[in-house]
Amino acid sequence: MEPYSEKVIDHIRNPRNMGSIENPDGVGKVGNTACGDIMELYIKVKDGVIIDAKFKTFGCGAAIATSSMVTELIKNKSIEEALKISNRAVAEALDGLPPIKMHCSVLAEDALKAAIEDYQKKASKNG
Amino acid sequence: MKRIYLDHAATTPTDPRVVQAMIPYFSDIYGNPSSLHSFGQEARTAVETARNQIASFIMARPEEIVFTSGGAESDNAALKGIAYARREKGNHIITSAIEHHAILETCKFLEKQGFQITYIKVDPNGLVDPYDVKKAITERTILVSIMHANNEIGTIQPISEIGKIAKEAGIYFHTDAVQIFGHAPINVDELHVDLLSASAHKLYGPKGVGVLYIRKGTKFTPFLHGGDQERGRRASTHNVPGIVGFGAAVELAKEGMVQEAEKMTSLRNKLIKGILDSIEDTRLNGDPIKRLPSNANISVAYVEGESMLLYLDMEGIACSTGSACTSSSLEPSHVLTAIGLSHELAHGSLRFSLGKFTSEDEIDYVLDTLPGIIEKLRTMSPLYRKETR
Repeated sequence: MEPYSEKVIDHIRNPRNMGSIENPDGVGKVGNTACGDIMELYIKVKDGVIIDAKFKTFGCGAAIATSSMVTELIKNKSIEEALKISNRAVAEALDGLPPIKMHCSVLAEDALKAAIEDYQKKASKNG
Repeated sequence: MKRIYLDHAATTPTDPRVVQAMIPYFSDIYGNPSSLHSFGQEARTAVETARNQIASFIMARPEEIVFTSGGAESDNAALKGIAYARREKGNHIITSAIEHHAILETCKFLEKQGFQITYIKVDPNGLVDPYDVKKAITERTILVSIMHANNEIGTIQPISEIGKIAKEAGIYFHTDAVQIFGHAPINVDELHVDLLSASAHKLYGPKGVGVLYIRKGTKFTPFLHGGDQERGRRASTHNVPGIVGFGAAVELAKEGMVQEAEKMTSLRNKLIKGILDSIEDTRLNGDPIKRLPSNANISVAYVEGESMLLYLDMEGIACSTGSACTSSSLEPSHVLTAIGLSHELAHGSLRFSLGKFTSEDEIDYVLDTLPGIIEKLRTMSPLYRKETR
């Protein structure tokens, strides 16, 4: 298959923000083992800004790299800004993905959307 | 960095002695074996020598050996060649659920042409029960095709028993022997096979050359038209250096394969035991005994195969996850799902395939390296919950 970019390899080798957050403000869990990828994204939000993000991923190299990259992209971004981050933006930030791996970036976007949705649900309940 | 190649089921390095045998046939002895002049006849002699070497290796007659471009072509030619030749007699073909894609995709193609295919299920070790083949035979059955040894999990099938069943029913029997050819003795009469596929690059020969054994008297429609090479069974100018290389590889296999198999079996067993002992929640896929000496296929719970492969590659270790052909598809291996693995365990499989040059140091290095990689990936995995264990 087509090789991964150097940036993807770097994120596989040294994943950023791996792990989970205790008492997160939002959690997004997406994927299933049938497709081969499962992603969990945890966010901590303060005054409408994502102050911390962590991930856990079961998946291929592209899944790990996109998870890692999405946590980097959303840190210190407002919820509104984070919602604008598309799967393409994640892939571009990694200098691209092999075409057959583009679906992994969709999973990263889905995880992000799910985490924010979870945050908003909790926030409206508490508010 | 040290680099360790444990993907010999994908391809092997060409043995330097094979390369030496091939070299004269590029620029010195370059004639076309179909030509009548001396240039052609020199090349023809080389092709016929290789044909004799390969025929004697499997106890066949030289005229029963057809040179092809490799395993996939041999498989395609066997199935389509019999299907077209025998379609007046019937339209039913029996194969197994764990064949190589070169067989399964050809079967799917033939289904679209009106053929009916029965895919025999396998047991949890990947074995075909010959009795299941017997039960599947109908009046319309024209061909049985069961692989000799599986490329992913290494399971070796009871080919002789299946061949006997096909023979008694008067049905042609093909076996894809690509993975085992050159690694264990093969006798086409004892196996009762009418057709057999093999490929040179799996036994330290060059890439791009294979053979299809076709038993004398077998009705066969050629796959390639446009020349009377190979007694009209396969058009195309001979790949003379490749064919010479295949012959040389077979000669080396005749000499060395028994000792090589012994050495590989012992190293492979060390690798399997080492992994299963040092990493919890791992399992061996395939039959523990009836398996290729070179093959260790392991499933590691909670982690995905490609990420393991990439981390191993960063440490200089080359292996594969499932079949090399399936590594770029998103579906988990059809072989691993056929033996009953969950999607998670099928995605979390690693195949190490040893070669004749594999050393004990290399196996030790894998055993030293793998546990740390698995630990790191498990820490990353949402499926791995230490606290609940």
